[in-house]
Amino acid sequence: MGIITMGIITMGMIMFDDFFIRALFAGIGLAVIVGPLGCLIIWRKMAFFGDTLAHAALLGIALAILADVSSLIAVPFVTLAICIAIMVAKRTPSLSSDTILAILAHSTLALGLVLVSVTGGRNVDVNGLLFGDILSVDTTDLLVIYAGGGAILAIIVWQWRRLVAATLSPEIAEAEGLSPQRTEWLFMVLIALVVSIAVKLVGVLLITALMIIPAAAARRLVTSPEMMAVLASILGVIGVIAGLYGSAEFDTPSGPSIIVAGALLLLGLTFVPRRLSVANDSPAPYNHHNEAGHDPK
Amino acid sequence: MASDKTDLINLENAGVRRDNRWLVRGIDLRIRKGEIVTIIGPNGAGKSTTAKLAVGTIRANEGRVQRQAGLRVGYVPQKLHIDPALPMRVDRLLDLTAKVSPDEKKQALEAVGASHLATAFVQDLSGGEFQRILLARAMVRRPNLLVLDEPVQGVDFASEAMLYNLIQQIRDTTGCGVLMISHDLHIVMADTDTVLCLNGHICCSGSPDSVVSNPEYLRLFGAPDTAALAVYRHDHDHIHLPDGTVQHADGSISDSCHPDKHEHNHDRHNHDGHNHDGHNHDGHDHV
Repeated sequence: MGIITMGIITMGMIMFDDFFIRALFAGIGLAVIVGPLGCLIIWRKMAFFGDTLAHAALLGIALAILADVSSLIAVPFVTLAICIAIMVAKRTPSLSSDTILAILAHSTLALGLVLVSVTGGRNVDVNGLLFGDILSVDTTDLLVIYAGGGAILAIIVWQWRRLVAATLSPEIAEAEGLSPQRTEWLFMVLIALVVSIAVKLVGVLLITALMIIPAAAARRLVTSPEMMAVLASILGVIGVIAGLYGSAEFDTPSGPSIIVAGALLLLGLTFVPRRLSVANDSPAPYNHHNEAGHDPK
Repeated sequence: MASDKTDLINLENAGVRRDNRWLVRGIDLRIRKGEIVTIIGPNGAGKSTTAKLAVGTIRANEGRVQRQAGLRVGYVPQKLHIDPALPMRVDRLLDLTAKVSPDEKKQALEAVGASHLATAFVQDLSGGEFQRILLARAMVRRPNLLVLDEPVQGVDFASEAMLYNLIQQIRDTTGCGVLMISHDLHIVMADTDTVLCLNGHICCSGSPDSVVSNPEYLRLFGAPDTAALAVYRHDHDHIHLPDGTVQHADGSISDSCHPDKHEHNHDRHNHDGHNHDGHNHDGHDHV
């Protein structure tokens, strides 16, 4: 028993010795987590919110360098603080939330870049911060992705009905006692945590794409929110594998290659005939609604 | 108002204040098991606020709010836009807020006459179909209290009558209480036990008949000629006069029991004509 465990661990260590394998496992783990979250972001039209948190993550990294603390602490700290700032700013009705997000996104990004240049000087790889450096993933990162990400995924599964209900109709959820406000907070916190995990892998500029492209690609192939969440994870994994092997093959940057692979997958699936995609047992309402000329709303 | 065990909701002198302004104040609202209460009032009168107060999603800043322990609410929203990016079929919508067995879903869809729509996407439904599905979704929870926010808005007349019938059936079979919000001041569902006429405060309340003749109602919504609370009425809200004409609760007289507004005016016109001809309407001795 002990020998077998030792064997597995040794095998694992040998396997994870390879930077490419580590990158592969890190990317796959991340893709699985962001599948359902990406769907929720699309349904709630919150892509820009995710982007804002991603930009803020750079400020987190800068602060980590400045204060000489782990970015594992500094980044979630900053993204969660920005979450709260967004919620507070939303209560100020003089600016639209769109404007607030744009201000926060770009001022945190700019401040992060300024701080990085002040503190780190030329030793910091700004490119890596912006576009990620998945090939530099170490075993600690893997542990964070699988332990932290696993916990996030468990919370998503546990709270799934509430998350969908609060997305579809906060009004119904509230009247029927599901406290959608609390669910929205939870959702924002989950996004902030995932962004914190993802920033090292794909960089602040590509996180949102990593989250929403697989979800968007899954949309036309599914008939329920649950199917869409699962398929988004699967397509995300395919994108990561294709992107990483592509980047090795063509010697292209890994983060952008993953996103390009996902985008190509999305493009390819767009041309799948609808008959083959969305379940064709869907009954008459299409015709019915055309005949009746009702506004489907 | 003494409360008893059949009380689902009991608001006494309840008020909600936001930014130093009272949204509603002095609300007395009692809903008992099996009772249908309709709130009517102009836009901004505080109808939704009152409903939220009753359901408990907002707290009262003054007054007393009592709710039956373990009250289960089924809610039918006024309108619901579902993003096209969200794949949602009718049968999935039914367990939006709680897990429901396939049998229960089937029964609920049958009850609203929408079994054939089980696998349809909600975005493809017509307005009337969607309202029925929303009603099925609310009733599949087996609520003690069904709350409907303007359930017939944007729905054609036939669907409207059907929805009202369904609501009544649900009440009759399950014995739940019903709280309905309507901004259509002229139409109150048959079998409404209490009408609450709201404009920041309660202008008047009581049975549909008593409300319609209340001077406060008339001041707010106009005289009965222009705003007859008429279409969905009970049979006993009018008196058959010996000459075969019908006197309604608002004092008007017509030839039939259920005039709609158009007929009503038409009858008035004839009636005036009779007067010009020297007949008067109490001259029923010629019968």
